[in-house]
Amino acid sequence: MKIKSKILDAESLERTLKRLAHEIIEKNRGISSLAIVGIKTRGEFLAKRILQLINSIENGNVLLGTLDITLYRDDIRQKRLEQPELKGTEINFDITDKDIVLVDDVLYTGRTVRAAMDELMDLGRPKTIQLAVLIDRGHRELPIRADYVGKNVPTSETEEVKVLLKECDNEDAVFIIEREFV
Amino acid sequence: MKLKSRHLLGLKGMDRNEIEFIFDTALNFREVLERPIKKVPTLQGKTIVNLFFESSTRTRISFELAERRLSADVVNFSVSGSSVAKGETLKDTARNIEAMKIDMVVIRHSSPGAAMFLSRVLKSSIINAGDGTHEHPTQALLDMFTIKEKFGKIDGLKVCIVGDILHSRVALSNIFGLKTMGANVAVCGPRTLIPRDLEKLGVKVYYDINQAIRNSDVLNVLRIQLERQDRVFFPSIREYHLYFGITKERIEKNNREIIIMHPGPINRDVEISADVADGSQSLILQQVLNGVAVRMAVLYLLGTQN
Repeated sequence: MKIKSKILDAESLERTLKRLAHEIIEKNRGISSLAIVGIKTRGEFLAKRILQLINSIENGNVLLGTLDITLYRDDIRQKRLEQPELKGTEINFDITDKDIVLVDDVLYTGRTVRAAMDELMDLGRPKTIQLAVLIDRGHRELPIRADYVGKNVPTSETEEVKVLLKECDNEDAVFIIEREFV
Repeated sequence: MKLKSRHLLGLKGMDRNEIEFIFDTALNFREVLERPIKKVPTLQGKTIVNLFFESSTRTRISFELAERRLSADVVNFSVSGSSVAKGETLKDTARNIEAMKIDMVVIRHSSPGAAMFLSRVLKSSIINAGDGTHEHPTQALLDMFTIKEKFGKIDGLKVCIVGDILHSRVALSNIFGLKTMGANVAVCGPRTLIPRDLEKLGVKVYYDINQAIRNSDVLNVLRIQLERQDRVFFPSIREYHLYFGITKERIEKNNREIIIMHPGPINRDVEISADVADGSQSLILQQVLNGVAVRMAVLYLLGTQN
């Protein structure tokens, strides 16, 4: 694993999340029907941080949920070494008629977001589903785009975007690394 | 993490990590079962055959629901009106069905080892839904999952299986599983229905039901299987109830909390009195709910392996 460049450090990541929080409030004209749903694993932590920012800006109490999309993956039947572990979906409120903001760390092929939307649809009928991502690295394989983007990062297919978060990696940073083929 | 086998033939030999893995997975399916749409697309395109050579309502419906809620295609095969009645062997029946491109087989059969036999002659994943008096692994898994849900642990709990231990695949699977998970396992029943040398499996044996109740956190009460009693093992149903029936009076005399389970179907007022089966200490309906979640977990883990 070779680090090519650091795209975000802790401070710029924090600033980016603040901007995303403001954009979400602005576009939804407040927070009255808003709910934030993070996609596990790192999207969950980002969702929590964005939620706290939104709550402190608006002095509100926006609902938070987490989504584990494993059961909806389109590659679940393909060959792999490890079995995908289920980490649990926790959405303890009715999503019907809510404006749902899905949060994930990196938007790449769009397949995770497709799975997340399908799962949400099985839980109820939200008024809107919006998408917020920290990094959009391009190379979409499905007609999906994000409503809120932390940073657009053009990448090649041999590169990987690595998002590190304090909650699970002991630091906040985003790197581009070169994939090594064994 | 990955299950070691492509099949679920029994709990003998399954290790603690694998059982915990199934429980963790089942918790996710409990959540799915609370949703307005209780169905996920995970096993789309997989075909599962339920081969039931012995009558069953609960287990077959539970498996079928679990399969459908994972979006698998389901084919049901039961003995009445099938080619088995015309004299086809198990091997031929199974091979013919497999030739129709199926992925998994859930089998119930009156012969011990039927599931193991199929795993040798077929390429599909095999799940044992009860083979004679041998094992019934998904029932034991759901029993243990229900105990864990109630107590938060299985380690160190005193679990007593009551009734016809000799003919019971539920008892055997529970003994293997509970021992692996660190429970103190006991059985209780008439001498004629307790296999000899059971203590060698590390199981305590009680012949007095009051003593068993005093020394247990959980009673797993088995059905008296009248259809398996080709010999007379006790004088009468009434006498069995008198000596081994789980009654409200016996439970209340005990003065400490005890949980009652039963794999069903219940013979009311034979092995368990109606008020206990419907009472607050009974987890019988919880077992049924957990049965679907646990079976979804097993189907998911075996169905997504390669």
